[in-house]
Amino acid sequence: MNVDWTSFWPRIVEATGQTITMVIATLIFGSILGIIMGLLLFVTRQNNILENKFLFNLLNIVINIIRPVPFIIFLVAISQVTRLVVGTTIGTAAAIFPMTIVASFTIARVVENNLVSIDPGVIEAAQAMGASPLRIIFTVLIPEALGPLVLGLTFVTVTLIDFSAVAGTVGGGGLGHIAMTYGYQRFDASVMIVTVLILIVLVQLAQWLGNTLSRKIMRR
Amino acid sequence: MIEFKQVSKTFRLGKREVHAVKDVSLKVEQGDIYGIIGFSGAGKSTLLRLVNLLERPSEGSIEIQGVNVTSLSAKELRKQRRNIGMIFQNFNLFNSRTVAGNIAYPLKLAGTPKHEINTRVEELLRFVGLADKAKDYPDQLSGGQKQRVGIARALATNPDILICDEATSALDPDTTADVLRLLRQVNREFGITILLITHEMEVIQSVCTKVAVMENGEVIESGGVFEVFTDPQHATTKRFIRSVQQDLPSPNVLAEWRESGGGSLYRLQFKGPVANEPVLSTVTAKHGITFNIVYGSVRELEERLFGNLIVSFLGDPADVEAAIKEIATLTDIEEVQEIER
Repeated sequence: MNVDWTSFWPRIVEATGQTITMVIATLIFGSILGIIMGLLLFVTRQNNILENKFLFNLLNIVINIIRPVPFIIFLVAISQVTRLVVGTTIGTAAAIFPMTIVASFTIARVVENNLVSIDPGVIEAAQAMGASPLRIIFTVLIPEALGPLVLGLTFVTVTLIDFSAVAGTVGGGGLGHIAMTYGYQRFDASVMIVTVLILIVLVQLAQWLGNTLSRKIMRR
Repeated sequence: MIEFKQVSKTFRLGKREVHAVKDVSLKVEQGDIYGIIGFSGAGKSTLLRLVNLLERPSEGSIEIQGVNVTSLSAKELRKQRRNIGMIFQNFNLFNSRTVAGNIAYPLKLAGTPKHEINTRVEELLRFVGLADKAKDYPDQLSGGQKQRVGIARALATNPDILICDEATSALDPDTTADVLRLLRQVNREFGITILLITHEMEVIQSVCTKVAVMENGEVIESGGVFEVFTDPQHATTKRFIRSVQQDLPSPNVLAEWRESGGGSLYRLQFKGPVANEPVLSTVTAKHGITFNIVYGSVRELEERLFGNLIVSFLGDPADVEAAIKEIATLTDIEEVQEIER
């Protein structure tokens, strides 16, 4: 029953590294896609700077279809696409793909919500000064929403740590995988506790980083 | 300068049509401080936004310095907008930028070289009296300071026109006076034409040279501030004027006057030079009667005096009648009929 910790620690460290890789890679790719989609969602709204009913409805519907699907089901459902894109459905890289898709849709909504809370008067002021829509996106929308956006992304990061553990159970590696194989299948509580503790530390760290960064941006 | 030609704006809210602006024709001359006053929902905010096409007219055209702005391309319009500064009721400053950053923003849009931006920002900060606040963020400023930044930002690109959307409505009376003084200075020092909208008669009274009164999307009265103030035609205009100048004692005081056997009351109005003449005392002395001023005010509008007196005459009825007839040849006099409200 008992694990040989001297040989086991390196595996824990490796798994932690895989989890962090999954989360950070997903955060980067997901943020790029999510911020683009969130901005599009916002600017194509009715009466907004690039109003476009078709694009808005299309994005809105796609996001609403993907988001309610539980992650573990989504993971399995798109495994054929994952195989096509990544070449395999097993391993850290294979987990990053479905995680990125789900994360980008979540981030799109987070970005949209943050942008909606910008005072429309500020956008109007920029228009009155002769700013083009693209200029408004980069010099008004993004800087004005950045503080809350960082907090939103922090929230997403914490969710991603959760997702990475789920991905781990179906061959993604990382802490989730270890917790499942040793804790769940071999009933070794000590490994379970260690992985849970590491996950807690990661979440705390992400939250602290996010808080500090957003506070710096919002100067509070 | 700015000319609205039969401009209408209709919004569609679902199946309902809202006529925000109806067939407005208005001419703002170079150097004017033109005020548009109206109660909320009168359409003045929409009218203002037609000037820089934040709203597009449904009908009619808007000409600025002879150019029909409705026919400009998107790029030309953006260039045109740099010639029209705009300030807002809620200031609409960029919270993510410092005071200096806010003022520099329109200059960056215009592609001004960096060193020129710095000199211009400093110059503007000094002009609005905030030289020490360059590195502050908007949330560290008071309302009046924020509006000063708004004004500096609006003036950054040296526009010919400044449009003000209820620029003082969110400010307290003292700060309002400061901001209005600054607007007057902008108009006098730089010759910038100002078009402002407001629901406060004090604003019109203290800075404007011309005024238009709006109601239900239409301009119901317009002209020089002195003329409109001293000879209002429309009930709404009269209401606005009464908001800054009570021209009758309150109904209770009037009722008391009548009950205590007080005689007929007459309203005398003195406009411009007549206000400097001792009309009342000269005429009453001539006819051997005396007068009693029950209520009155003399105010200054556009640097001209405007007096409004409620008087009663004491003496032989025939003499009083003759005196009233004579006064009528010199200035406006009418009997106060009933308790107006």
